[in-house]
Amino acid sequence: MSAWRALVMRDIRLATRAGGSAMLALAFFAAVAVLLPFGVGTDLKVLGRIAAGVLWVAAVLAALLALDRLFQADFEDGSLDLIALGPLPLEVVVLAKMTAHWLTTGLPLTILSPLMALLFGLEPRAYPALLASLAVGTLAISAIGGIGAGLTLSIRRGGLILPLLVLPLLSPAVIFGAGAVLAAIDGLPSAAMGLLAAFAFTAVVVSPFAAAAAVRLNLAG
Amino acid sequence: MAALASLEIENLACVRGGRLVFRGLGARVEGGGLLTVEGANGSGKTSLLRLIAGLSMPQQGTVRLRTNGGGEIAEPEDRARHIGWLGHQDGVKRQLTPLEQLRFFAEFYGGTADEEATLSRVGLSTARDLPIQYLSAGQKKRLALARLQVSGRPLWLLDEPLAALDVEGKSLVADLIGAHCAAGGIAVAATHESLGIACERLHLA
Repeated sequence: MSAWRALVMRDIRLATRAGGSAMLALAFFAAVAVLLPFGVGTDLKVLGRIAAGVLWVAAVLAALLALDRLFQADFEDGSLDLIALGPLPLEVVVLAKMTAHWLTTGLPLTILSPLMALLFGLEPRAYPALLASLAVGTLAISAIGGIGAGLTLSIRRGGLILPLLVLPLLSPAVIFGAGAVLAAIDGLPSAAMGLLAAFAFTAVVVSPFAAAAAVRLNLAG
Repeated sequence: MAALASLEIENLACVRGGRLVFRGLGARVEGGGLLTVEGANGSGKTSLLRLIAGLSMPQQGTVRLRTNGGGEIAEPEDRARHIGWLGHQDGVKRQLTPLEQLRFFAEFYGGTADEEATLSRVGLSTARDLPIQYLSAGQKKRLALARLQVSGRPLWLLDEPLAALDVEGKSLVADLIGAHCAAGGIAVAATHESLGIACERLHLA
């Protein structure tokens, strides 16, 4: 347990230090959310409708920005060998790194999202749905993104391939996540939130095994 | 440190990138022994260390550890828990100070060593809170040596342990290996230079 804690704390520290990926993801998310209304215009009715979709897409892209170095930085400087020889099975190592990624990107993005939604004039009653969908959905982003990061860890400029691999897999999260917020705006009952939770749960359970297999392959190569 | 009785390598073959690097390799090191692996660049020294560590799989052959109790460890994942690794990459993080990195590895590996005492043993006590970017290549190597010590693992695999070190650093490596072996540990070192300690030699063609 202390090995798990040590690894998560180390990754959080690396992500939040100067030059870390956490601030980068947050700044990117905020920049997209601020810039978009300039392009769409000031019609609050339009902005209120597209808020969920825009924030969801911005959150996915921002989280991906921080994902490509998830294993690659440790692979390049040799730390990944040392971590692989540690007491934790690689599956648990991968889960720890996904957890740290979520704590430094998914969680802050979720917390920042109501502020951004304010810029779009989102219906007040849709805020709980926005928060809940991002909190749950970003778990899926960290988990599935981790598979992509594992597959591309030895590829130079693997960050270019990562979105191509991962974005199609994340489309259900965007559909259900934004759908849950839209249903909340209209005050309609919707299964989107439940489907999103099921999707995220499956991703969190399955991804560590897939990502660990990918990392193992790259270490041996 | 759980002491090991021996490390046994049998009929090992390694293929990388479709090229046969070596085959029919065998060696046996008893507890307290040091094996140095010599050979030209590209002869497979690093590959051999990675095979022993279980980080990569051999084309053929086995690597086995025997514990003092008579137990046998052949599974790569179990073997990994006995290995202290010093790779040719330092594995140091630019964003963390030496003390932070060492604390992380001590906690991660579950070692019981005193991190600050270990840092002063390798001559880094004045640099313990400096950002890594101000450390020289030799100082990073010393940090890697400190990490090896706090890992508390019985089988040390050392890839070019003398690279980038000054004269005093080289004698430090010899001292650390000597102390490790005296305590019943095993060390395998891939090196171009003599460590200055009695050892068995394995030459890769």
